[in-house]
Amino acid sequence: MTTLSFDNVVKCFAPSVPAGQFKGGELFMNDRKFGFPDRQQRWRLVAMTAIGLIVALAGAACSGAGGGGGSSKTLTVAAVDNPQMADLKKLLSDFHSAHSDIDVKIVTLPEDQLRQQVTQDVAANSGRFDLFTIGTYEVPLWAKKGWIENLNPYIAKSSDYDVNDLIPGIRTALSYKDNLYAVPFYGESSMLMYRKDMLAAKGITMPDHPTWDQVAAAAKAVHTSSTSGICLRGLPGWGEQLAPLDTVVNTYGGRWFDQQWNAQLNTQQWKDAVSFYINLIKQAGEPGAGNAGFVECLNAYNNGKVAMWYDATVGASNFTGDAAKNSGYAYAPTKVKDWSGWLWAWSLAMPSSSKKKDAAWTFANWATSKDYIKLVGQKLGWAHVPPGTRTSTYSLAEYQAAAGGFAQVTMESIAHADVTHATVDPVPYVGIQYVDIDEFQQLGDQVSQEFAKVIAGGQTVDQALAKAQALADAVGKKYKT
Amino acid sequence: MLPAFIYIFLVTQVPFVLTIYYSFFEWNLLKPGSFKFAWLENYAALITNSSIRIAIWNTVLLTLCVIGISVVLGLAVAMLLNSDVFGKGFMRTLMIAPFLIMPTAGALIWKDTLLNPLFGLLPYLLTPFGLSRVDWVNQFPMVTVVAVEVWRWTPFMMLIILAGLQSQNPEVLEAARVDGASPFQAFRRITLPLARPFIELGALIGSLFVVQTYDSIFMLTYGGPGEDTTNIPFLLYLVAFQGYNIGQASAIGVVAVIMTTIVATFALRTLFSIFQIEARR
Amino acid sequence: MKESTASLRSKVTWSIVGWLIVFVFFFPVLWMWLEAFKTEPQAASTPPTIFFVPTLEEFQEVLSGDFPPFFINSAIASLVSTLLVLVLGLPAAYALAIRPVKRAQDALFFFISTRFLPFAASLVPLYLLARDLQLLDNILALILIYTTINLPLGVWLLRSFLLEIPHDLFEAARVDGAGFRHEIFQIVVPLIAPGLAATSLICLIFSWNEFFYAVNFTSSVAATAPIFLVSFISGRGLFYAKLAAAATLASLPVLLAGWIAQRQLIRGLTMGAVK
Repeated sequence: MTTLSFDNVVKCFAPSVPAGQFKGGELFMNDRKFGFPDRQQRWRLVAMTAIGLIVALAGAACSGAGGGGGSSKTLTVAAVDNPQMADLKKLLSDFHSAHSDIDVKIVTLPEDQLRQQVTQDVAANSGRFDLFTIGTYEVPLWAKKGWIENLNPYIAKSSDYDVNDLIPGIRTALSYKDNLYAVPFYGESSMLMYRKDMLAAKGITMPDHPTWDQVAAAAKAVHTSSTSGICLRGLPGWGEQLAPLDTVVNTYGGRWFDQQWNAQLNTQQWKDAVSFYINLIKQAGEPGAGNAGFVECLNAYNNGKVAMWYDATVGASNFTGDAAKNSGYAYAPTKVKDWSGWLWAWSLAMPSSSKKKDAAWTFANWATSKDYIKLVGQKLGWAHVPPGTRTSTYSLAEYQAAAGGFAQVTMESIAHADVTHATVDPVPYVGIQYVDIDEFQQLGDQVSQEFAKVIAGGQTVDQALAKAQALADAVGKKYKT
Repeated sequence: MLPAFIYIFLVTQVPFVLTIYYSFFEWNLLKPGSFKFAWLENYAALITNSSIRIAIWNTVLLTLCVIGISVVLGLAVAMLLNSDVFGKGFMRTLMIAPFLIMPTAGALIWKDTLLNPLFGLLPYLLTPFGLSRVDWVNQFPMVTVVAVEVWRWTPFMMLIILAGLQSQNPEVLEAARVDGASPFQAFRRITLPLARPFIELGALIGSLFVVQTYDSIFMLTYGGPGEDTTNIPFLLYLVAFQGYNIGQASAIGVVAVIMTTIVATFALRTLFSIFQIEARR
Repeated sequence: MKESTASLRSKVTWSIVGWLIVFVFFFPVLWMWLEAFKTEPQAASTPPTIFFVPTLEEFQEVLSGDFPPFFINSAIASLVSTLLVLVLGLPAAYALAIRPVKRAQDALFFFISTRFLPFAASLVPLYLLARDLQLLDNILALILIYTTINLPLGVWLLRSFLLEIPHDLFEAARVDGAGFRHEIFQIVVPLIAPGLAATSLICLIFSWNEFFYAVNFTSSVAATAPIFLVSFISGRGLFYAKLAAAATLASLPVLLAGWIAQRQLIRGLTMGAVK
């Protein structure tokens, strides 16, 4: 039995040299000389490597010493990756020509990575980012903690900003104690998008303000083996599956916590809402619902594989071909409570410990101003304009022409989305498709995973709700006074 | 030897020491001013925490399955590449490609372009068999994660085992064949014992990495559905970066190290022969 | 004659089997490369597009930003950390292999035990430390981290290659009056060159593809290739073709390194087999 050791491991990697074959500076094996570099070449190699190593280390030590020197300021912006942000990156040269002393570097990351990086940066005060995009979820929380800068003084100094032009619902969501803490770059609500032709083929017309029962009936009527009735998000995540599901819960009369922070997931409204949502997916929903997020549903809708889609208002601007020509738009379906659309805005905020607040404000101002919207429209096309932030956008004739059917629904949905009054019964928190507390990220993720398991067939709605109730209960206890 | 030791000691023990330190505190990154000494509270919370038990089980299951399958497959491919076939070099180059791709990108390609029931390639190819609507990632989450990891690690195993097989003297095999040994007997009596140290090396190093699997799970299933594919590194990620509970995360980390040390010591001293250092020559 | 046709048939059969298996393993990578040359709608079409006219428009989109810094940073971090692993690891492996140290077993176990801690547990403490040392967004932080991650692996692998060198060689060298430096450079390094290549390749791959530490410790100046790749994952638009294009570009340097290292490995393999 061969000896167990690395000895054998490497017979292939290192040729064996018979003893006594060592001659001076060379090695021989089987009387064949190895093609190794001779003494001089070898020392040159070593010297070059050493120099290279030193240069690299020196370069490494010098890099990251912070942007340019002298009068130029470098802003590092952490931004979420979406098409509007990609457009912003393309127009940075326009900003630079107007403000040549500010150099802007935009770091884009997917949403969950972005949130984690920015949270860590702000909580640990590490100053990696001078400006970042955060959502309506973070703004009130971080404003309360004093992590982000109050922007009202800056707005007061900028005569051209026109803060009253911001759509009211968004403005409320980004404020804390009546002060604006972030300026909106992109806004969305939720709406129902449907293929008029597919529904008409079954003799169905969709009203402008449908109920969920009407939508479910329509979905089941048009559902075939090759085309699904409706696409609903099932991808686990508090910002993915839970966003539309929460709006359904709200409009069914449910809420996460009552005024005393008792978790309410064991109520009949929750059970009805969740059962409805999941059953609709199972009966008339898209295949692979457990993995369907915004992108997957958009793709399915564009390919004509689903007849309806309930999701973010921005979805419609991505339609192509038949989907673009034949789509109708309705407000978010309701049950007991009206105006059930959600509200989300990616907004620019700066950390309160930043040393570049003026430069950061200059950029944030530029990127969210009326002029920027016109710039995007002229240079990149009116369909690229970031939607959902300013009322004036919706009066621009060119935008109306490009955004066609869905501009009105978008703006009205956002205008009527109220983060402070999202539910039938009063609640101790703000937020429509989320609960604006620190623990919601983890709680929402865990709860949505339980629902995803129901979609996959691994447990029943009751089992999932029981677990979710326990999780929410644990969180609610922390807030009870 | 000393520089490496000093460097390793300072740089690698520092994180571990810091982790132990923070595990005795209650600290939530989202709550400024929440940094408080908490004795063994974080550890006590683990005892009643069902998530960590599920995570441990998932980690063990995932590691055993991935290492087991990839070693067998790696051995098979290595034997193929060691025998007389056409285009060995090219085959080997193509075979190591999965190992070179960034895990995040690989997992996304698998989930979205290959396994997606609507626009993925695999369901499309399976349509004649009536399996086109199967949602692989959601209905068989652990199987999917294991499959993707096996796809990633088989090339690694193959490389190591192939190295060992190539050191084998072909004359021995020839002699065995002349003596009338069947291919199976030749494999069992000659090839396998020679390959065994390499199999063990591959399994050992591979286990170290597969236990820490995070990228694939994050991209494919996000630990779910439910907690079906949450392993220890992923649970840690959730606690540290979704819940921002640094104290709890540190405690889980310390427990993970202790458990891995126990298992590794046991495995290395009894199961693996490579760790027993024989006197040289 | 019968024997050679039988063996030819067997060669062909096993070649087919081998190629099938290799194709299955290679196919996802091939599919990714194909996706990179499609347009976005084609990349996510139902049913999947198998025949298409290749286009470079997604590559153009991917390369339209400022991409070189990402790749340069990745190159610096990977190469320097790999070099450090070799420089620090070789003496350690040498000591553990050639000159048996008393507690070699424990030393080896100690080296490998540093990999038991999942990164998420130590990340925040390390992050705070880096912040205090002003090392955030500095490529030096990544170099240190990658060296630390790869050093145990390097020591284990290098030791195994060193075990192969016959003792007699060193006896002969010492009789000749060779010093330690001479011993290392003139004898050891050339002998285990293929082993060095294998170790370097593995360390390079792990450093190049490492994402989590990179995204946490850098922002704009020192960001590496994996961050570049991930920046294309969009939450509100189709991105598969762009991601495939970026992944293809990001994997090219590693593929090249793998191919170069393979030639070294082949040399070692063939030489070792000749007895």
